[in-house]
Amino acid sequence: MLQKVYDWVDERLDITPLWRDIADHEVPEHVNPAHHFSAFVYCFGGLTFFVVVIQILSGMFLTMYYVPDIIHAYESVYYLQNEVTHGMIVRGMHHWGASLVIVMMFLHTLRVFFTGSYKKPRELNWVVGVLLFFVILGLGFTGYLLPWDMKAYFATVVGLEIAEAAPFVGEFARVLLAGGDIIGAQTLARFFAIHVFFLPGALLGLLGAHFFMIRKQGISGPL
Amino acid sequence: MHRGKGMKFVGDSRVPAERKPNIPKDYSEYPGKTEAFWPNFLLREWMVGAVFLIGFLVLTVAHPAPLETIADPTETGYVPLPDWYFLFLYQLLKYEFAAGPYTVMGAVVIPGVAFGALLLAPWLDGGKERRFYKRPIGTGLMILGVISIIFLTWESVDQHDWEAAEQQGQIQEDMEIDESAAGYEIYQTQDSCISCHGGDMMGGAAGPNIFESDYDTDEVIDIIQNGIGEMPGDQFEGSDEELETLAAFIANDGQDPDNGDGGDGGDDEDEDDGEENNDGEENEDAGDNEE
Repeated sequence: MLQKVYDWVDERLDITPLWRDIADHEVPEHVNPAHHFSAFVYCFGGLTFFVVVIQILSGMFLTMYYVPDIIHAYESVYYLQNEVTHGMIVRGMHHWGASLVIVMMFLHTLRVFFTGSYKKPRELNWVVGVLLFFVILGLGFTGYLLPWDMKAYFATVVGLEIAEAAPFVGEFARVLLAGGDIIGAQTLARFFAIHVFFLPGALLGLLGAHFFMIRKQGISGPL
Repeated sequence: MHRGKGMKFVGDSRVPAERKPNIPKDYSEYPGKTEAFWPNFLLREWMVGAVFLIGFLVLTVAHPAPLETIADPTETGYVPLPDWYFLFLYQLLKYEFAAGPYTVMGAVVIPGVAFGALLLAPWLDGGKERRFYKRPIGTGLMILGVISIIFLTWESVDQHDWEAAEQQGQIQEDMEIDESAAGYEIYQTQDSCISCHGGDMMGGAAGPNIFESDYDTDEVIDIIQNGIGEMPGDQFEGSDEELETLAAFIANDGQDPDNGDGGDGGDDEDEDDGEENNDGEENEDAGDNEE
């Protein structure tokens, strides 16, 4: 049955080459922990992606309840945390996932650096990876404000003060992010938009480029 | 692949009519113990992911995500703390060479150079050698960077007053006191109690919230008669019977013990309902403040 469906689609769209590109490639021995246990360091990238997927899914469920305005934001998070079935777990996964994704990404960066995998011909993939690092830090920073509780608010105040210290563009960057002179309703709406639309869009685009390049070039050889 | 004349297509589309069977490649000719990504390797990866997910869920269930009270921009005494992965940046700005007139150093120059170098690593370290011990400068700088981040994070955590941080921003449980209870009326006649604990029993000039501590009736009577800490004893004016009524009222978390409403011996359902109502009211209050 499944084969027939596949054949039906394949006849019309010729998906076999696509499928071969995505799924059918070799995994060399030196990155496979089943052969050398020390190769577990090559798992960090995959686990980073795994946590990113968890973040996207849990975030999608959080937006079912979250209301991005200063009067209801806190109450909706409070409700989500205390009343909604499994709300505490979904919010907990998103909260701790944010930390885990940074830990995993940090380890992945160190692995790539110390194995020299960023060298020719993989320079571009390294650059995209560092950009991904920045995007994820940005997601962490903007997401921290959204519950609109005390520590969220004052951490953002400090963060925007730091941004303001930049010469020439500092003031502009602060006003752009805060949406005005004070940190309030506009800031929350902006951070929500950045956290839920702008940065995830950039994240998915960069991840696509990251994976395209690794498939095109293959994983770096053994040392 | 068939090219040029005689090519057949599906209908008028650009999809070739000639089907290729979807047979996996043979990896035996690749060097070493290579295996197929799909499904062999992915299945194993899947298992690693499952184990990882279990650990992750255990963490999530063991430590619920924190939530403090609603943001109050007028609260000036709040000591802010960013999420842990920004602590190294935050700490950097506390040092003399990166604070005050040199904030640009801490906020832009030092992180800019560090992350800029990270971004441009392939060109800063353009040699062919991949082993980390064969390129000591790059490796050394990276280790220095990692040690700095760990050190700064450590210092920040060490210097932060965690006990004070735990006190601030707490969600205040609003209590609903039964103001028709006999105990409440007796309290209203006790000027000495009110002067410290406030007319609403929620704490005042010198005393804490009366319901903050969990004492039973006898302990409350003992405290009223003999004092505790800075609280003097023998301030109660009235009969022993009134004292006991008041103590029972306090021990019963501000509900009339004779009504069977809440309290130690009362039915639990009522108590739960009461708490939910409190939550709702607290939220409304918070919303009002914002408006």
